[in-house]
Amino acid sequence: MSTPSEIKKMPWFLMGMRGIWSGPALVLMSAFVGFCGFAYEAGIPFGEALFMTGMVWALPGQFVLIGAIVAGASLPAAALAVALSSMRLMPMVASLVPEIRSKDTPTWVLLVVSHFVAVTAWVFTMERVHLVPREGRVAFFAGFGCAITSANLMIVAVLYGVISQLPAMIGGALFFLTPIYFITSIWASARGIEVYFAMIAGLLLGPLFHTADAELGILYAGVVGGTLAFLLERIVAARGKRKNAS
Amino acid sequence: MPPDGTLDLLWPYIYIAIAGWLATDMWRWLGVLLGSRISEDSVALIWVRSVATALVAAVVARLILYPAGSLEATPVMLRVVAVIVGFLAFLGARKNIFAGIVSAEVILVAGIIYLQ
Repeated sequence: MSTPSEIKKMPWFLMGMRGIWSGPALVLMSAFVGFCGFAYEAGIPFGEALFMTGMVWALPGQFVLIGAIVAGASLPAAALAVALSSMRLMPMVASLVPEIRSKDTPTWVLLVVSHFVAVTAWVFTMERVHLVPREGRVAFFAGFGCAITSANLMIVAVLYGVISQLPAMIGGALFFLTPIYFITSIWASARGIEVYFAMIAGLLLGPLFHTADAELGILYAGVVGGTLAFLLERIVAARGKRKNAS
Repeated sequence: MPPDGTLDLLWPYIYIAIAGWLATDMWRWLGVLLGSRISEDSVALIWVRSVATALVAAVVARLILYPAGSLEATPVMLRVVAVIVGFLAFLGARKNIFAGIVSAEVILVAGIIYLQ
């Protein structure tokens, strides 16, 4: 908060922090309640569960990491398994960066805030970033990222070991919030027609490629489904252009 | 295997830092480097956004078909029907996310109770 331009960005940082009361954030927090139960049942010590929440900050990766620890996997094997599950973050960050950076955003700032990117922060930011002026977007994103990460660290810190007594039906209902929330919110906030195509392609191809290759299936589904969606969008866009021309 | 002593205590954290943090954040850093070369209104961004969306959708499909925890015990058909009903309710209520979530959860919980 030392220079005037940083002070000017402060309200956007605070606006971002207020995002912990948004739909995506509340759904993620309920998912972390489920994570507490899973980690406890798997016998992961409290400190390690907290540490990996802050350091990995991607639930699928954390589930894979716990699986590797429980199985007694070697360090390289565990790193490979987690790296495969986290590869999907690369296109997510790559599609978010052009939306949030301004001309004078240093790369190191983007590298630091990229740690907050996971499905929730991606959905939240893609939905709202257009309401924020460009020079405030990185601050807005950083505010949301700091707040949501702290909130979930607190959830793990407070609920770890407590939540294992949760009735199965409530645990299941909480877990189920994530898929239905993501489908509807991504659909509702779609920026272009390719998002609808990509959504349908990913939902259909995900299980198909999963049965072929449980580890890499998600990535295949993403690249193949996303490319199909992109090509469809190009066809639709070209038709629209031709119609306008005639 | 690491030697004993202090390192023994620290080893789980080193393991998490390398196999968890580095294995995850290296993709985020690569994403920053890649995303910095894409301009906001380029065709390349449409492709990257499509791939990212399809990836998230594939993760979501896996959560529905192969869930962790207590949902594992519920029939696949129940979960699939609940999501479809939820999505149709969402569309029917003019893209109201809340309507979609509530409908899907009602079907799921009713199904679990009915099957007990």
